[in-house]
Amino acid sequence: MTTLPRLPRPTAPTAPTAKDPCPCAEPARASGHPLLAIIGCPNVGKSVIFNRLTGAYVTVSNYPGTTVEVSRGHTTVGGCAVEVVDTPGMYALLPITEEEAVARRLLLEEHPRQVLHVVDAKNLQRMLPMTLQLLEADLPVTLALNMLDEAEELGFRFDAAELGRALGIPVLGTAGASGRGIAELRAALGAAMTARAECAEYNSAAPVCAEGDSATPVGGVCITYDARIERAVGAIIALIGRPAALAERALALLLLQGDAEIEALVAARASPAALAQVRAIVAETAAQFAQPLRIVIALRRQAVANDIIARTVQAPAEQQRPKLEWLSQLLMHPLAGLPVVALVLYFGIYQFVGMFGAGTLVGLLEENLFGGIINPWLTSVIEGWLPPLWSNLFVGEYGIFTLGITYAVAIVLPIVGLFFLVFSLMEDSGYLPRLAMLIDRIFKQIGLNGRAVIPLVLGFGCDTMATMTTRVLETRRERIIVTLLLALAIPCSAQSGVFLGMLSQVGPAALGIYVAVIVLIFLTVGLLAAKVLPGQRPHFYIELPPLRLPRISNVLVKTYTRLEWYFIEVLPLFILASVLLWLGSLTLQGGQLAFVPHAGLFGAIERALDPLAALIGLPTTADVAQNPALKFTGGTILLTGFFRRDFGAAGLADLFADGLLSPVQVVVSAVTFTLFLPCIAQFLVMKKERGLRTALGMAAFVLIISFGAGALLRVMLMATGWMGR
Amino acid sequence: MSHQHLSPEVEDYLEHLYMRQHEGYTGELPALSDRGMGELLRHHLAVLEDGGVTLTQDGLAKAERAVRRHRLAERLLHDVIDVHGRDVDHAACEFEHSLHHGVDEHICTLLGHPKTCPHGRAIPPGPCCREQKRAADAAIAPLSTMKKDERGTIAYLSSRQPETVQKLMALGALPGAAVHVIQLFPSVVFQVGQTQIAVDSALAGDIYVRRAGER
Ligand SMILES: Nc1nc2c(ncn2[C@@H]2O[C@H](COP(=O)(O)OP(=O)(O)O)[C@@H](O)[C@H]2O)c(=O)[nH]1
Ligand SMILES: [Zn+2]
Ligand SMILES: [Zn+2]
Ligand SMILES: [Zn+2]
Repeated sequence: MTTLPRLPRPTAPTAPTAKDPCPCAEPARASGHPLLAIIGCPNVGKSVIFNRLTGAYVTVSNYPGTTVEVSRGHTTVGGCAVEVVDTPGMYALLPITEEEAVARRLLLEEHPRQVLHVVDAKNLQRMLPMTLQLLEADLPVTLALNMLDEAEELGFRFDAAELGRALGIPVLGTAGASGRGIAELRAALGAAMTARAECAEYNSAAPVCAEGDSATPVGGVCITYDARIERAVGAIIALIGRPAALAERALALLLLQGDAEIEALVAARASPAALAQVRAIVAETAAQFAQPLRIVIALRRQAVANDIIARTVQAPAEQQRPKLEWLSQLLMHPLAGLPVVALVLYFGIYQFVGMFGAGTLVGLLEENLFGGIINPWLTSVIEGWLPPLWSNLFVGEYGIFTLGITYAVAIVLPIVGLFFLVFSLMEDSGYLPRLAMLIDRIFKQIGLNGRAVIPLVLGFGCDTMATMTTRVLETRRERIIVTLLLALAIPCSAQSGVFLGMLSQVGPAALGIYVAVIVLIFLTVGLLAAKVLPGQRPHFYIELPPLRLPRISNVLVKTYTRLEWYFIEVLPLFILASVLLWLGSLTLQGGQLAFVPHAGLFGAIERALDPLAALIGLPTTADVAQNPALKFTGGTILLTGFFRRDFGAAGLADLFADGLLSPVQVVVSAVTFTLFLPCIAQFLVMKKERGLRTALGMAAFVLIISFGAGALLRVMLMATGWMGR
Repeated sequence: MSHQHLSPEVEDYLEHLYMRQHEGYTGELPALSDRGMGELLRHHLAVLEDGGVTLTQDGLAKAERAVRRHRLAERLLHDVIDVHGRDVDHAACEFEHSLHHGVDEHICTLLGHPKTCPHGRAIPPGPCCREQKRAADAAIAPLSTMKKDERGTIAYLSSRQPETVQKLMALGALPGAAVHVIQLFPSVVFQVGQTQIAVDSALAGDIYVRRAGER
């Protein structure tokens, strides 16, 4: 066995000159800026540090070929412009979920100049093994011991300098939330990325591998595995060389742990014979251990980490209980926890989003601001400029400004914005995982586990966005069930805000019937889907982060980012809906093209939809002809509702406000439109995430259930005569 | 079992019979004097059949204990006294015959109830080993059967889904980690290090914990 030479770090020791202040321009990267990749487990404060480093100008985009989002921004460290990327959470270099795979691919493919590994300082013991793994892979790492405030309060003391020497890399304590240590971090990153003298200290730290040790020294540490594993590693390295940007040793270890992606990478470069040999070595080595190799290797790495920690970290004498432990236990209590859920839903969603958002704010914005000031002014200006045919495109009954933008900004924005605010608060306080553990047992009955609570709760804000987050679920089966339930039984906030308002005015019975029917359908469909869909039930496990008082700035940034995303997604669709409604209302009048509502193509579609409208007792075109006060037919609401569910809801609210709907009509249509086909944006996301066939199948199913349930409910209510006719 | 002492010669012979009948030993049997053969037959330890010698029930039990003593002696010499190679065999053959009256149990316990001799052959378990296994089984229990506020150390994870095991380990639930049970219903909540984890009861049944206060 030979001792592997330590590979030189890819640093460019060219001194900065006055003309070229950036000593680190990297021709390999398109942007010309070297890359700083922030990685670490979920919830350690990566995003907070990312925001501290980059400031406001950040782009969020899907990683190529995946649905995983990656944020990128720019900053200056050590007088040098760098690109910063915030990766999805990753527990280990051996990925399990798609998000982890993306984070690793980023490391493999984008050749970061520096990797900032962010860890939760109080959990250093379980996170340090990943630092070791990164070093094993020969990546240039800086370690940030974040959440230092929490760790110190628990009684931890860190010797960052000593830890840095032990690992051979810069180590800094930070508290991203308060900004502590960020300036030092920036300086250290600058030094590391521009390879100035300061970091020579670390680079030259002599490794301390014993004579004849086969392991690659990692900074100051030497991780040697069981002799049988070392033998296998040596043999694999001899076969494959270095086919990727990771060190051979790390690749060999990943292969031993059955990493399919790395195997594919090797398969692309090495000969089939070599690959077969590698497979044989892996199988042979695995057979020699009672436990899977990934566990044997992880245990060894942990032992090395423990050893380093023993020398550099002073842990509290006994296991500490977190600060708000009593509150945490209350939230998780099987009995006391439920009233808390009810309170959160009542005040957070019903009162704050429904009453304050959908009622007060929407009233102010829609009626006073848009209805009273902006739209009349725009109408007078535009009608002065354009003939009626064209002015109707912008400010008519279906005008881009008077309908599309007004609905988007005045109705949807305040409701969804407040919801995202509540959701971000729940997320940052650590409440969501506690809700997940409370609800897991019930969700098991409908083929889900507690984790599904996160997309489902988010669905009450925006079903479209929630459908995208079904990625946190681990099996395809769960993703399908949740996607279906979101499409069917979870009203988004804009919609539920409007319906709750209407129903509570009709009376508590109406509200009760509505909620009972929706819950019944949610559970029935969930139970059936769980029965019908094959697949194993996944285990439920979730980390419960300590309860924290959310930082307002962080919550606002998150809410803003979500809202921005939502708006970019929604606004074009609202405008498109206006344009299509306008186009559909064009008709020939006296040889001239004219804009006439309920005429033209759109009128024809409305008439075609009359049977469906009649089925649930909503006005048909015939009713509208008889009673001109009716602005919409059931068909109009259906059609507009497909552009946005909330759009349809707003139409119903309009009719209701004019006293044109009976109590039965209100309940039946609220049920039908809650269950009804998701809006087009959600349908597109369903197609993107689940495939066209599944999405179409779900849409058909939802259509049948919504109108079936609506019609049945109507028949029952009419037969009992309980709410009048 | 009576406490009559067999001669060293007979014990060695029994050991080889045992190995021939149970471990596929094909070598020669040691020479046995007429006196030895008489002893063997008188105590009904073996019978003569078809010109060969076969162990009786009683003989088998005696032979097993003799093998056990021999191999424990090997372990003791090898591990504690640091004798190696051929010397082990010779010394063990001398030594084993003095390990009577439960001395073998003490040695076995002292050595931590070893399962194999230095040559890799199985050491037949004695009462002490069986007792220890029972105690160990009782001290290790699934997390789902522990009580609220109970403490212990994770012994092993038995889930058949290696990815779940990997995730649990990434959260700090490694063999050897100290655990503290916080809650059992509706989900099992426990703390390892500074991390609290909630798992369903099925998964909690796959996490085996050595309960604190038991050995
Ligand atoms: N006490 C404390 N909380 C922090 C610190 N850094 C981040 N947080 C909080 O930890 C939570 C997770 O942070 P986030 O950046 O979203 O984690 P990410 O998943 O790693 O990107 C948020 O509630 C933050 O406010 C810190 O240094 N101290
Ligand atoms: Zn002997
Ligand atoms: Zn032996
Ligand atoms: Zn024993």
